[in-house]
Order: sequence, then structure tokens, then C-alpha cells
Amino acid sequence: MSTESSNRKAPAGERVADWADGRLGIYGLAKANMRKIFPDHWSFMLGEVCLYSFIIIILTGVYLTLFFHPSMQEVTYHGSYVPMQGMKMSDAFQSTLHISFDVRGGLLIRQIHHWGALIFLAGMFVHMMRVFFTGAFRKPREINWLFGFLLFVLGMFTGFTGYSLPDDLLSGTGVRFMEGAILSVPIIGTYISMFLFGGEFPGSDFVPRFFSIHVLLLPGIMLGLLVAHLILVFYHKHTQFPGPGRTNKNVVGMPLLPVYMAKAGGFFFLVFGVIAAIAAIATINPIWAIGPYRPDQVSTGAQPDWYMGFSEGLIRVMPGWEINLWGHTLVLGVFIPLMIIFPLVLASIAVYPFIESWVTGDKREHHLLDRPRNAPTRTAFGAAWISWYFVLLVGGGNDLWATHFHLSINAITWFVRIGFFVVPVLVFIATRRICLGLQRRDRDKVLHGRESGIIKRLPHGEFVEVHEPLSQEQLHTLTAHDQPKPLEAGPEVDENGVERKIGRTTKLRVKLSKGFYGEGTQIPKPTAEEYEEITSGHGHH
Amino acid sequence: MSSQDIPEENLPSEQGDAHDGAVATTADPFADPGLPPHEHRVQDIDERAAKRSERVIAFLFLLSMLATVGFIASYVALPVDKIIYVYPIGHVSALNFSLGLTLGVALFCIGAGAVHWARTLMSDVEVADDRHPISAEPEVKAKVLADFKAGAEESAFGRRKLIRNTMFGALALVPLSGVVLLRDLGPLPGTKLRHTRWSAGKLLINQNTNQPLRPEDISVGSLTFAVPEGMKEDDHDFQQEVAKAALMIVRIQPENIKDKKELDWSADGIVAYSKICTHVGCPISLYEQQTHHVLCPCHQSTFDLSDGGRVIFGPAGHALPQLRIKVNEKGYLEALGDFAEPVGPSFWERG
Repeated sequence: MSTESSNRKAPAGERVADWADGRLGIYGLAKANMRKIFPDHWSFMLGEVCLYSFIIIILTGVYLTLFFHPSMQEVTYHGSYVPMQGMKMSDAFQSTLHISFDVRGGLLIRQIHHWGALIFLAGMFVHMMRVFFTGAFRKPREINWLFGFLLFVLGMFTGFTGYSLPDDLLSGTGVRFMEGAILSVPIIGTYISMFLFGGEFPGSDFVPRFFSIHVLLLPGIMLGLLVAHLILVFYHKHTQFPGPGRTNKNVVGMPLLPVYMAKAGGFFFLVFGVIAAIAAIATINPIWAIGPYRPDQVSTGAQPDWYMGFSEGLIRVMPGWEINLWGHTLVLGVFIPLMIIFPLVLASIAVYPFIESWVTGDKREHHLLDRPRNAPTRTAFGAAWISWYFVLLVGGGNDLWATHFHLSINAITWFVRIGFFVVPVLVFIATRRICLGLQRRDRDKVLHGRESGIIKRLPHGEFVEVHEPLSQEQLHTLTAHDQPKPLEAGPEVDENGVERKIGRTTKLRVKLSKGFYGEGTQIPKPTAEEYEEITSGHGHH
Repeated sequence: MSSQDIPEENLPSEQGDAHDGAVATTADPFADPGLPPHEHRVQDIDERAAKRSERVIAFLFLLSMLATVGFIASYVALPVDKIIYVYPIGHVSALNFSLGLTLGVALFCIGAGAVHWARTLMSDVEVADDRHPISAEPEVKAKVLADFKAGAEESAFGRRKLIRNTMFGALALVPLSGVVLLRDLGPLPGTKLRHTRWSAGKLLINQNTNQPLRPEDISVGSLTFAVPEGMKEDDHDFQQEVAKAALMIVRIQPENIKDKKELDWSADGIVAYSKICTHVGCPISLYEQQTHHVLCPCHQSTFDLSDGGRVIFGPAGHALPQLRIKVNEKGYLEALGDFAEPVGPSFWERG
């Protein structure tokens, strides 16, 4: 070590670091990462919200396991919540009441845990939208998109198994719903149901089983995925928006130490603080007002947590098709929405990056983000998907819409049935047109400058508005994006006049590519010649 | 990457010149002008403003400390069952409210202090870092392929096919043990879903009063829930039995019953239907007196109890099963057997 030769006694911190470096090689790691550059944009913190809420959920979840009894043993309640004294309930429900009413701060931790879960899922939803609409999922980040997607899906199921644990009337209804969905699976449905519930529904096994899935299996997988997700973010380096000095080959921003250390570390406390304050003032899942689960009882307005709402919508609006043949029943009315459409809706998110790269034939690395308007077809697909999701959320809450807005529940159901097919198409068309409109505006701005708001009267009486030319930075930013050309299938006959065979997949690919980038899907961005022509003098005002 | 690796032209001191130069020398009007020059914040040039920032940050950290003290104080001082009125939330637990708010403030102030520190006092000079292609250089790839080939050859994996095939066989079979172990997760379905606790001669017990029902207990327009005689809430299998046996009873003027079989299976216009929705198994609990429609509150499947329990709206796939009942010689309602078909959601073996 060089410090020894110089005969200087290193400070204590350095000596600890030396010790660790001799065993872990931390200096090499720190050289690459300590001053790693992170670009700044408000939308980049959405992923951080997810990361921090995940940590908060783990912390509060560990606390809850200290008091929660994952048992369906039937007990009679004698605790401090008077309205339920003498009632029969499972031990799981009783211990949840105990956490809420007898453990000091237990209710707070329970509510932080539940609010944190809602925010975690919402954060992932919005974070994925950010990544989607800016094209951040493109090469080399497709695999990280899949990791994120898996986190989202596993998060949904972790949430579902979690809110089912207190064994209250509301969540039990959700578990019953799940059992009905499993029963609809042809051939093996009844077997899966018996094995999952350890016999007939509800049995006395599902709470302990859901408990180990909820606290061990799913979070374990998610933790692994989360670490992989973050390693890839570091390895790929963060994407950035185009701008002066920002290219596909660099990353511009501020270093991890100290700025991002402080900002990201501080942001963890901000997220935690806000969730704690929400848990202080807003009650969530008041199981004491709902009561313990009984399969023959239900309350009106039964709703799942929001992230399961679209599956609720699917099941509510699906017509009750059932086919009885050769002594067997095919329960299409449940099987199609929950076992076919539900996975398809999710899978369509997972595969989109691969479809887009196949259609565009683009093999380059992309580190510069797209503005959504500059990728109209992608933006339109995303908006259509979201509109579809929201139509299904309306379907999932059709009873609440009916009671709050005094509408006919049948009319809402029919609106969702039709809207399921029509709304995404309309939104697709509208979004693409809006994107093109915004592209036109950018083009006008580049060529004619920005509207200054100054009205000038010409000698012959005409009024004109003075346009001011854009700065070099703005000119560059507004024209930095790519405008891909659609793929060509090539001539039908080659140069020797022999007919070329064009495969069916090639034809489909070319067709899709035209749909993505062909005529009418983008406004040509201004060229240098156009700009010179307009700014060289004539007709300039 | 350390600061030594940052290209010279991106360092702040060089940026001003690069900025002017790039525009003048290029023919492309949209050329990248390079990073804009760094603009100083007020804290960078005015030490008094920087001191103000410092005080704000320190104040936030101090506030956090106070809030933590408040948290501990409320934990100690407030009884767990104290309810207070807080405008505009309403009646809330005093402990939950104060613990949550003090914790929230304690955490939020640390975050706000750190972020304010980063934004006002730490350097906000943007620097550029180079990216490198994610994929390996061709030489690296060639080396890896050669290594792999050498390793594969040394293992004789491709040459000794017997070893390879038997190994695949063994690896494919061994997970079966794990699958077999899952068998005891539950019993086989058998005919469990086809039967309920109902059988011939069982009285209909009112769920509210726990007394056997008489026809005169049931008036037109009311909805009554019943379970079979002999079921107790203390039974270990009460939950799964009531999940199938739950019954709802209504009275309809016999001339208003449209379905002939329904009329045959009724007693004095009293009809008994399974309470468990045939969609995914929610208990049906909303009854419309005039039309004799019942609605499942979960997914709004609507059944007509005056017409064989037929589905008239919603996602349910088939009619509600009816229980055949009669009035016995003592004047009580009793079942004439089990449901003729499985109750609750459909399944593959239902037929």
C-alpha cells in the first residue's frame, strides 16, 4: 500500500475502507459508481417512489408479522373493541383487531403498510407509463422492462394475498371470487381449487398458505427482481431527454455523490413521511366496520383494491356464456375474462418492446428519450391501452357509478361492453391526431420562431404578430429526434427478372411498419434547406 | 466514473467558448450547440443567501428531532383507546393521529432538508459522462466463443451422447418428486361440490332466530335466510357447509309463479333458492319485492325468482338451483331432498 511507504498514518475512515477493499474490492466499485452521473427530470423520480414504497412495505410488514396470527382457528372475540365482543371470527381476524385496537401504533403501521401498497402499485403503473411513452424500453433496456413488468404483476398478487389475510368479509368475498375463477378452468379447475384451499372453500388453510406466499415467496422473488432492475439501471446508465450537449453517446447530469445521494436519500424520507401522514388522517381497510368473513354474507359496494379493479370490470361485464356438452361444463363467462383476457391485457405490455423493435427493424442502442408526440403510433397504442384499462375500471365499479351518478346499472354495463371494443380505437385515432398536431406546432416554431405576443401595424394598415427566432438550443432540441422510414419489402422481381419470394411474415412486418411510420403518421421535421429559405429574408416578419 | 474522465470541453470552464464556436462554424442550423453555460444560483454568488439556506436546512432537521420527541411523547402519554374529534376528518384515534403526524413530520423534514441542501448548496454543475456500447468488442466475443468451444469439447458433451441423454432424462424426472409432494395439499374433488347438507326431512332454520320456520313466518315481500337443521356455528366445517347450503326464501302469490316446476317445488307460494350466486359464488342478498328479482351485490347478476331463478341480467351463466320444500304435518317447512344440481359457481365436471 502506498500510504505505508509514505509513512503517514491514514485516517480511521480510510483504514476501514482499506480493510474492506482488501476483502471486497470496494475501491474498484466506487471508482465506477461513486460519481456516476444521473440526468435530472421530474419523471425519473416515479421509479424512486416505487423503490421507496417497497422498502416501506417491507419494514412495516416485518413489524406486522410480530403481531399477526396467520391462523383460521375459530375464536370468540373478547378484546377491547366492544361492538364485536362475543362474535365468532378467525384468529387472523382477531389478531388484526388486536393490532388495530390494542397495540399502540399498530393501526398506524397497518395503515402505512396498506397505503404503501396502493402507492407502490400506482407508482409502478405511472413509472411504466413514463418508460413506455418516452420509449425508454428500447434496446438495450428490453429485459429491464420485463423485470419491471414482472414486478408490477407480482406486486398485484402480493397485494391481493396481503389484503386477503385479515379474513374479513370484504376480502373473503374477493377470495371467493378467485375460487370461482379457478373452478372455471377446464378439466383441472376443481383440483386446483381443492389443493389451494386444502379442501372445499373456504376451509381453514388459505390464510396460512396466503401468508407464506405473501411474506416469503412473492416478496423474495420481487426483491431479487428489484435488485436486478437496479443493477441494470446502473449498468445501462440512465436515459435522458435530447437537448443541447445531450447525445446518444453521453449522459449529462449530476453525480451520485453528493447530489443524488442527498436527493434520492432525501426523497425516501419524503415518501415515507407523506405515507405516514396519510396513514394518520385517512383510514384504510377498516375491518372492524366490515366484520369477519362468512361465506353466506356480503356487503354491497364490494370492491377490490384499485389495481385489481380491471379484472373486476372484466368479470362484471362479460356475458354469462356457459356450454354444456358431454356431461361437462365450459364456463366461458368466467374463463374468458379471467383466464384469457386478464393475462392477455398484461402480456401485451410485456411484449410491446419486442414487437416495436421487430416492426421497426431497429437494432441500435437508444439512450435518448422520445417526446411522446414524436412517436405518434406508440403514444396512440399506449393511450388506447390506458383508455381500455379505465373502461374496465368503470365496469369494475359499475355499482358505485350507478349509485353516485343515479345511472342505470344495466346501461353502465352495456356502455362498458361496447366501450371495451370502441373506446380504445377512438382514443388511438384521437391520440395520433393530437400528436401530429403537436408535431406541426413544433415544425412551425422551428421555421417561423415563437409567437412573441407583439402586434405590429404595417404602413398600409395590416396587423402582424412578430415572431422571434428560437435559440440554438431550442432549434436543436426540437429537431433532434429520429423519423424512421417504413421498411420496404423490396421489388417483387429481382434484377434478372426472376420473381422473388416474399414470406408472409415479411409482408406483415412491412405492413405494420407502414402503419407505424408510413404516410400520414408523422409530420416531416424541418430540413436545413427549408429553414435557410424561410429565414433568409423574403416573407420574413 | 471519476471526474478525470470527463471530456475537457464539457467542463464548465470550457463551455462558454464551445457554445459560441459551435454555432458559427457549422452549416447545419440545427446543430448541437453543446452544453449550455452553467448559470449560478443566488447561493453560489451571495454568501448571505447560502447562509439562509443553511439555516433553513438546519431548521428542518431540528423540526424533525422535535417531531420524533413528539412521537415518543404521544406514544407514552396517549391511551390507546382515546377517540378525539378532528375537523374535517371526524372522530379518530388520538394515538393513531398523533403518532402518524409526528412520524410523518419527522421523516418529511429529514427529506425536505436533504433535498433543499442538494438543490441550493451542493454543486449544480452538470457534467457529461461517456456511454460505452453494452455489447462486447468482437475480440472479446471471439475469445468467449473459443473458450466455450474448448470447454464443450473437453466435456465431450456432444460426442458422448449416452451421457447427455441420460443426464437430460434424470434432470427432467427429478422435479417430479416435488410435484408429487404437492398431492397432499388437499383432497380430490370427488363429488364434494355436488352435495350440500340438505336432505329429505331437514327443517328450514331461520338464520336470525335459529328457530324452525313456519309458512306464516314468511310474508309476501320479505326475504328470509335459512340453513338446514343441525348446523351449528361452532362446527369445525360450518364455513364450508354454509358456503353451499345457504338458502333464501321468499313468498310469491302462486298465480304469479311463471315456472311450472318452481310451482311444484314450492309450498303455499313459498319458494326456496340457493343463496350462492351461480357466477362466482357471492351470497345474493338484494331482493326487489315487486318484481321478485334478486341481485348479487358483487357482480350484479340478476335472477327472477318468480321464473325458475332464471338469469335476466349480468354475468351469471345459469339459473339459481331451487330446493324442493313442503310443509310437514307439524306445520314446519322442511326439505324434500338435496338440491337437484350443484350450487354455486360452475365447474368442469358440473355437466
